[in-house]
Amino acid sequence: MTKITYKDFQGNSKTIEVENGLSVMEGAIQNDIPGIDADCGGSMACATCHVYVEEKWFNKITKAEDAEVDMIDMAHEPKKNSRLSCQLIVSDALDGLVVTTPEKQS
Amino acid sequence: MIKTDVIIIGAGPVGLFAVHQLGIKGLDSIVIDNLDKAGGQCIELYPDKPIYDIPAVPECTGEELTNSLLKQIKPFNTKFFYNERVDEVNQDKDVWIVKTNNKNSFSAPNIIIAGGVGSFEPRKLALKDAEKFEGKSIFYAVKDKNFFKNKNIAIFGGGDSALDWTLELSKFSKINLIHRRNEFRGAPHTLSEIKKLEKDGKISIKTPCQLESIEGDENIKSITIKYDDGKTEKIKADTILSFFGLIMKLGPIAEWGLNMNKKTIAVNSENFETNKKGIFAAGDICSYPGKLKLILSGFHEVALASVECFKRARPNEKYRFEFTTSSKNIQERLGKK
Repeated sequence: MTKITYKDFQGNSKTIEVENGLSVMEGAIQNDIPGIDADCGGSMACATCHVYVEEKWFNKITKAEDAEVDMIDMAHEPKKNSRLSCQLIVSDALDGLVVTTPEKQS
Repeated sequence: MIKTDVIIIGAGPVGLFAVHQLGIKGLDSIVIDNLDKAGGQCIELYPDKPIYDIPAVPECTGEELTNSLLKQIKPFNTKFFYNERVDEVNQDKDVWIVKTNNKNSFSAPNIIIAGGVGSFEPRKLALKDAEKFEGKSIFYAVKDKNFFKNKNIAIFGGGDSALDWTLELSKFSKINLIHRRNEFRGAPHTLSEIKKLEKDGKISIKTPCQLESIEGDENIKSITIKYDDGKTEKIKADTILSFFGLIMKLGPIAEWGLNMNKKTIAVNSENFETNKKGIFAAGDICSYPGKLKLILSGFHEVALASVECFKRARPNEKYRFEFTTSSKNIQERLGKK
């Protein structure tokens, strides 16, 4: 189990234990964390599981592939530290990860 | 009012296969979809991406799958109603009456909702001010390109639509192409043409920046964009075109009195009927214990739902399970005999 913290745009945060191997998106959906829609179910086709990854983590985790970066173009208010949470796979290395959800997903 | 045996909502792979499963049982159906063609998510989200988990099809794209399904259901001469969204579903004794935003109405004892994640709509600009200009000077698609002649257009986006319309509209309008990063994603040929236009001073490209504000009362006078380094720039513009892809909205489905589970419709996994008799849901939009959002699951779901549809549409006939390999009835319906 890995601790992931989900913050919303107003600063409310919730830390949950997510099973390794799930995506950060699935962790949110299974635990009823609001702010992540994941309309396409994790096929990198909709940009509605968009999150901002805390700076120090953003540089540590594996870089987004081209298709993900293209999809982030479509997201609501993308920033430099934007990622699609369906592409962040939980492992021990992510223990303590903090992601912030945007004001809205679409 | 058009009468049929089954009204299918959604022309994605699951809706198309529903036509087949109903058709081989001798039932008529019609299909309604908000998009302008069949395929649903397969066509809108990943037409060129290979799918590897269709049984007996090692690899095919979303577009190929859609075309194969259309070929498979061709014998049934099904009527498709595209560019129409189902707004209302009402009961009238034993039949359901469906009305669309295009003022068409249908009646049938059965409805199969194969609506995916809802209907596709363009993703709108995040800026709140954008709303009041929408449809007047802010657009999310080009319906009539003559409207965009002799304008000062700011085009937002970095994909194919933004690039293609920049090329096309630059023939008779002034274009600023604005994107949040320096890289554009498009066909190599398109990209080189864009670069040439910029070099020749025919268009301006602004990157990496995003829309900060819109100035103007009735009409847009200018827009302000903000670069990554914090600098802002005011650009003359009277029209905005924004291409940030499509989003899926559940829309009116949520108001039909069906038991919902978040954004999905709860069904039983015996015949995929909802809490309303004669209304079924299949594919990504339905949920039941163990549900997987796979195309093949949707195929199974409509096969089972079609049996219950038969019983409701032909209450005086006995349903008999038949194989396509041996049933003369089915082969006739497929035009094989």
